[in-house]
Amino acid sequence: MALARVQLPAAAKRGEVVEVRVAIKHAMETGFRFDNDGRVIPRNVVTSIVCRYNGDEVFRAETGSGIAANPYMQFYVVADATGEFVLEWIDDAGERGMERAALTVTA
Amino acid sequence: MPSRRQFVAAIGGLAAAQLLPALASAQPDPFAPLIASFTGGAPVRQGRVTLDIPSLADNGHAVPLLIKVESVMSAADHVRRITLLSEKNPRPVIATFHLGPRNGRAQIATRVRLNGAQRLMAIAQLSDGTFWSGSAEVVVTTTACLDDS
Amino acid sequence: MRRAGFRRTGRCWPSVPVLLLSVLIASASEPQRPVPLKSGAEFAGADARAMQADDFGNPGMLWVTRGESVWREPAGKAGKSCASCHGEAPVTMKGVAARYPVIDRGDGRLVNLEGRINVCRVRHQGAEPLPYETDTLLALTAYVAHQSRGTPVSVVIDAQNRAHFERGHDFYHRRVGQLNLSCAHCHEVNWGKQLGPETISQGHGVAYPAYRLEWQTVGSLHRRFRGCLSAVRAAMLPAGSPEYLDLELFLAWRANGLPIETPGVRR
Repeated sequence: MALARVQLPAAAKRGEVVEVRVAIKHAMETGFRFDNDGRVIPRNVVTSIVCRYNGDEVFRAETGSGIAANPYMQFYVVADATGEFVLEWIDDAGERGMERAALTVTA
Repeated sequence: MPSRRQFVAAIGGLAAAQLLPALASAQPDPFAPLIASFTGGAPVRQGRVTLDIPSLADNGHAVPLLIKVESVMSAADHVRRITLLSEKNPRPVIATFHLGPRNGRAQIATRVRLNGAQRLMAIAQLSDGTFWSGSAEVVVTTTACLDDS
Repeated sequence: MRRAGFRRTGRCWPSVPVLLLSVLIASASEPQRPVPLKSGAEFAGADARAMQADDFGNPGMLWVTRGESVWREPAGKAGKSCASCHGEAPVTMKGVAARYPVIDRGDGRLVNLEGRINVCRVRHQGAEPLPYETDTLLALTAYVAHQSRGTPVSVVIDAQNRAHFERGHDFYHRRVGQLNLSCAHCHEVNWGKQLGPETISQGHGVAYPAYRLEWQTVGSLHRRFRGCLSAVRAAMLPAGSPEYLDLELFLAWRANGLPIETPGVRR
């Protein structure tokens, strides 16, 4: 079941650099592990994490099995207008996840 | 994404065209062919990129990492992308991050899986087309990737 | 021939220090707790501690978040959710996990939090019990236990649960496996010392269900028991076994006073 969390301040001043954090519940199955019957567990990792701010892409990570399970990312964005942050991710199996957060920008 | 096998074959096939000064080692830099594949052979300068990572990782399955690139992140002068490379992981490219002037700061934190003690390297491409790199050594006792449990 | 380390005393009787030591070992069958009491967080390493302290960065909180939605989902033939009877968990579940395991008033069995959740599912929701280590049970258990975060464990041993406590105590001190070790050998006598890359903890369960970096996911205390038994090459009982429940009661008594930390982050 797709689950992700986005954290950023509820409000910021225009031009302020705000910290954005995302956490995605995902096993990031490497494709190198074996099940109890000795069969390889197929690889299934989050391959792309994208963050859009008022519709424009502000962060993109192309990820693989080298990123730890339950991927965590922290980055920065300049607060320029009140609006919405949308986090989207996709994995090898084609499953997608999405989470939103609002940001109020004051003058 | 290149596999470990292709990567090792590339090292064998290439002449010692070192793009980076060797770090106290007489052997060809293992990162060199991989870096060449995405810089197109352009020079990579050491500096401006720092990797903050514990020198001894509690557990290789989740090692906290902070990548910082010195940049004003203006429209005219910013970091376009950062590629994170591993020396020992079965898949050498850990991640590629795409940034731009709207980030304000070229700083990314995440957690990585490490297959044993190794050197990690980050290559940043700036908006003017130049490449900069930074690296860090990590000791890992409980390794990820191939240590199945 | 003289064997190194042995002095010839001309007597067969053990020396006085040896006699004293054997008396002490004999009296070690009385329930003991480590002094001072330390959470596993103190032994888990700085990075694991930092991850646990950060509510957003703590991967275990993803399960707590999931647990919050499971709490509100109707389940079973009765079509009720946990919230239908228990309302808001931060209010009604506060302090509950700190008293567990308890004797269930319905059938007199000792139950832990997972067991109590399943009793509710079967008895009140008309739903199937959730197996250990399923995402849903882990999420719900972590969510409920999390409502007691900061509350000191306060388990009372009385006439009703004493037999369970004694069995748990005996299990804790019993040598098992090819390595022939008991829990006490590591967690009572040698906590604080190195075992490979790890520092041996006192073996408390206050952080569970916990996110273990080794598992790359949240797991139950019974899963941790299984890991320890496997490590000494002993037969692993299934999660939910009565032996584990008795052990859980003994461990809870042993941890009395330590605050619940769920979801903890451990190596």
